[in-house]
Amino acid sequence: MNDASITVQDLTIAYGEVVIQRDVNFTVNRGDIFIVMGASGCGKSSLLRHMVGLQEPARGDVLYEGESFWQADDETRLRLMRRFGVLFQSGALWSSMTVGENIALPLQEYTDLSEKRIREVVSLKLALVGLAGFEDYYPNALSGGMQKRAGLARAMALDPDILFFDEPSAGLDPISSRHLDDLILELRESLGATVIVVTHELASILAIGNNSVFLDADTKTLLATGHPQKLLAESPIPSVQKFLRRGEEVSAPTS
Amino acid sequence: MAQIQIRRPTENTLLVELVGNWRLQDPLPSMQELIRACRSDPLVQILRFNTQALERWDTGLITFLLKLRRLCAHKHIEIDVSGLPQGAQRLISLATAASEREGSSQISVKESPVSRLGNKAIRTRDGAHDMVAFIGDVFVTFLRFLAGKARYRRSDLSLTIQECGARALPIVTLISVLVGLILAFVGAVQLQQFGAQIYVANLVGLGMAREMGAMMTAVIMAGRTGAAFAAQLGTMRVNQEIDALTTLGLSPMEFLVLPRMLALMLMMPLLCVYSDVLGILGGAIVGVTMLDLGVSQYFYQTQEALTLTDFMVGLVKSAVFGVLVSLAGCLRGMQCGSSSAAVGLATTSAVVTGIVFIVVSDAILTVMYDILGV
Repeated sequence: MNDASITVQDLTIAYGEVVIQRDVNFTVNRGDIFIVMGASGCGKSSLLRHMVGLQEPARGDVLYEGESFWQADDETRLRLMRRFGVLFQSGALWSSMTVGENIALPLQEYTDLSEKRIREVVSLKLALVGLAGFEDYYPNALSGGMQKRAGLARAMALDPDILFFDEPSAGLDPISSRHLDDLILELRESLGATVIVVTHELASILAIGNNSVFLDADTKTLLATGHPQKLLAESPIPSVQKFLRRGEEVSAPTS
Repeated sequence: MAQIQIRRPTENTLLVELVGNWRLQDPLPSMQELIRACRSDPLVQILRFNTQALERWDTGLITFLLKLRRLCAHKHIEIDVSGLPQGAQRLISLATAASEREGSSQISVKESPVSRLGNKAIRTRDGAHDMVAFIGDVFVTFLRFLAGKARYRRSDLSLTIQECGARALPIVTLISVLVGLILAFVGAVQLQQFGAQIYVANLVGLGMAREMGAMMTAVIMAGRTGAAFAAQLGTMRVNQEIDALTTLGLSPMEFLVLPRMLALMLMMPLLCVYSDVLGILGGAIVGVTMLDLGVSQYFYQTQEALTLTDFMVGLVKSAVFGVLVSLAGCLRGMQCGSSSAAVGLATTSAVVTGIVFIVVSDAILTVMYDILGV
């Protein structure tokens, strides 16, 4: 189970001439819950946008099981993208469709299932995220947490190999946020998917992550990789320690 | 009323007594007196406060003290805040704890006219580039549609057709009848002088069929549907709904832009014909009620004056307007930035761009018709 699923190679994130991160290199193994952490504005969400194909990197590449994403032609890229499920910060449900139609759309576009089968799949996915029976609601009739869960149901519609989460706990109360964390763990266990989570929510990072990168806004590159708990215990880098301890200054452990 | 009293208890100490209410709404005393006191010999080295007579205070006091602090730092006078209320001391230390980050206060450099012109030119070029790229995308999308390969929801198309077709009828009715009336009135005043009021029918018929029917529906649709397209697409951009489509491998051009453009392109000529007919009806109302023309006489005259070519001239125009209005709406919507203010800008810009497109293309088409002799 320890083969590389995603490799990020010499990635440089830039908007015009402003470089946000440079020379980002890391590997995500299959079945990881991989955390991308760092302070606000360090380029976490931009990194995610590069990985899912929404923004072309200024330099570098992302490899999926050794296959280049950004060097590939459009067709290969679409094929790779079909294996992703992405949960956006605000859920990003299509507001002109009901929750059920939102989840049904990828199935209608990419499978040959009959309408009846699709309806069954939709209600299953909704049940998985605890929203059974909400098919006919429009997104604006749901609360923020419910929209996020519905977004997750849509991200899972095609049984993706890789699930991306952009700030899953942003705007959620601690209990909903905890539920979402449990759900992420549960899904990883049962679907065997690789999960990438962009977050700065300390509790989630330490609770669910088993691998991570720390992006630093000042040095504009990644400072550390590894298991978040291990980083907390062993990392000699002051800014990583400071982040993982909520800003409490501690002398770096001597190791 | 805020007041200060300045005393010199020792040679080099300045004691500032703060008296009365120091709130934002109270007029604060000027710094002049203090500056003068600081300058006087022998030189002041330390500044203390006495606040026994201070009544109420808020941000007003703190801003005054921060100003004073800056002044003292400039003149190398030590400042002793221990005489101030506890809360004020804390607020001051909080406000001065983090020194201003270098470069964080953006100094707005005044651009020279030359560089402003240059930047403007570069922006215009980028804008033109974006527009051409978008038109190219639209073209490719339509080719895919014609080849039957485009992915979009039929229900989206029918909904949009309903929205920009049937739902637009009331406003198009009102405007068209009124434009017909206005044309008739304008003509009647002149033609009546020669007893030729029957030719009002020609004027209204030709005016509506060749020009005003197409023009007025296009302007209505630019304000109604073009703006709606830009607002819908812009909001979807802000909510990351467009990103969500892209990551699923669904092209927003096919999924969102195609049905909208198709719907408006189909509906615009139909609305134009409807508008032509209602405009002529509006002219007839004036002709019959005010110019004493008979109903059948008016319509016979209209029939004599108009050929099918005249209607075709208007129809071709309105088909072109349909493409341009929907193009402007979708272009501005897709270009929208990621804030709610950007959605407003996109909507405004869609209407302005749409109307400019309409008028410019109308002028070009009219000249072309003239050369072709139709």
